[in-house]
Amino acid sequence: MIDVRGVHKSFGELDVLKGVDLEVRAGTVTVILGPSGSGKSTLLRSINHLEKVDRGLIRIDGELMGYRRRGNKLHELREREILRQRSQVGFVFQNFNLFGHLTVLQNVVEAPVSAQRRKRGEVEPLARELLDRVGVGDKADAYPRQLSGGQQQRVAIARALALRPKVLLFDEPTSALDPELVGEVLDVIKELARDGATMVVVTHEIGFAREIADTVVFIDGGRIVESGPPREVLDNPVHERTRAFISKVL
Amino acid sequence: MSTTSLTSAPHAADPPQTAVPDDADLPVVGRRHPWRWAGVAVVLVLLAMFVHGLATNPGWDWPTFLQFVTTRTIFSALWVTIQLTVYGTVLGFTLGAVIATMRLSTSPFLQVVAWGYIWAFRSIPLIVQLLFWFNIAYLYQELSLGIPFGPEFVQFSTNNLFGALGAAVLGLALHQAAYAAEIIRGGIISVDQGQLEAAAALGIPRLRQFFRIVLPQAMRSILPNGANEVISLFKGTSIVSVMAIPELFYQVQVIYGRNSRVVPLLMVATVWYIVLTTLLSVAQFYVERHFARGTARELPPTPWQRVRRTWRAAR
Repeated sequence: MIDVRGVHKSFGELDVLKGVDLEVRAGTVTVILGPSGSGKSTLLRSINHLEKVDRGLIRIDGELMGYRRRGNKLHELREREILRQRSQVGFVFQNFNLFGHLTVLQNVVEAPVSAQRRKRGEVEPLARELLDRVGVGDKADAYPRQLSGGQQQRVAIARALALRPKVLLFDEPTSALDPELVGEVLDVIKELARDGATMVVVTHEIGFAREIADTVVFIDGGRIVESGPPREVLDNPVHERTRAFISKVL
Repeated sequence: MSTTSLTSAPHAADPPQTAVPDDADLPVVGRRHPWRWAGVAVVLVLLAMFVHGLATNPGWDWPTFLQFVTTRTIFSALWVTIQLTVYGTVLGFTLGAVIATMRLSTSPFLQVVAWGYIWAFRSIPLIVQLLFWFNIAYLYQELSLGIPFGPEFVQFSTNNLFGALGAAVLGLALHQAAYAAEIIRGGIISVDQGQLEAAAALGIPRLRQFFRIVLPQAMRSILPNGANEVISLFKGTSIVSVMAIPELFYQVQVIYGRNSRVVPLLMVATVWYIVLTTLLSVAQFYVERHFARGTARELPPTPWQRVRRTWRAAR
């Protein structure tokens, strides 16, 4: 479903990604672990082209992200086409980024109507259904700032789901939450995993990773150090670096 | 027995245990603020003196004030002032929005041009600029529409195209645009980058990202400064009296030039400036409130709601 090939990215002098290859099969959950500054967020943001990579290619469902191949050349896509591609990828941010001046329902309805040109009357019941599913159905007419962090993040997940995305990307979805609110957000993500959604999750919650990941990827210094099923990577890491990291977070 | 009575007497005088209330149950006596009251008294006396002076000092000449304050001449002058303000605001902020967009664009050329515009129009004093426009016909007798450096299709005489009023509106608008551009740009860059990122991640079209997501939130910081500019432009229109345009201040000057009642006629202008500024301020309050939705858990009550609440509580 997601195919990342030889991706390099630098910000000025700083090389953040130094050749990353990653494959995510449909219906699986991939958890990316790594110390801060290792490039895991940048990798996630590159997948939906929020970050333009310097070298390498990213495909989602066979479709090249951000470029079109014509003969032996890659042409950069127009913004409108990039936006269309992005609407097939749900993205959940660390600090929610809900639109503060719109109600919860308007937040969820906005993109399906304006990006996918679906009818408002048909999207709204669907949006309410999604809000029910993530447990904030009674907050549809509230503004984001009237909600707790956990509720806001669940609205953000509903907002991403409303686009009926092929894949869901989570960038440290619980890092901005009080410890007692982390569980409610993780429960929603677990349920999505059970329903067979294709997801990539950047997180520091090792226990959560063990529970839902099909594949755990450990990144350090802009390279994938090791990847595999959680039982291997988390419990029997091969690399010294992985072992050191996991013993520190556990 | 004396000994028993001695020992038992203080015992009897002790109040029963239950009569000593807990600290938490004691009534609280608020702190007194004598100096605050003294301050209030001083200010009240000064206000009373001022009002008394307004009423009794014959220099204010209220009969003359009343004679002129609602005359036709003053109303038509006021209308010119309002027109100058409206045209200056609308054209100024429209052009300002374009210049702000240019400064925020990724094209270095457009950025530099926008910066240059703002630099130029903030550097030239408004009054100097207005006099330039007033004398534009001296520099360019004719203006024409056509292909640049090529044939011309239509020609206008500059003097016919720009009346004095046109020159004034143009000058005010161009001046205003430079300031409006910076205010609008400031509002836009104050919106959290995450909002744009989220909109982009959701695939919302570019124009809609701006008008639906960024602008409504930018309005929060654009509005107070923008209202400041409108109000300052409204009073600033008095500067075009140098071009002999019959706006409020010019007209008042003309009248007191004839009858030498300077103070009451200045008061006529002052009162109208105050009335309209008040209306603008009230409008500003409600427009700001509209754009404040979602920023606080609950919006504070309007002054009117507050008055009604106090009234209901008092009854």
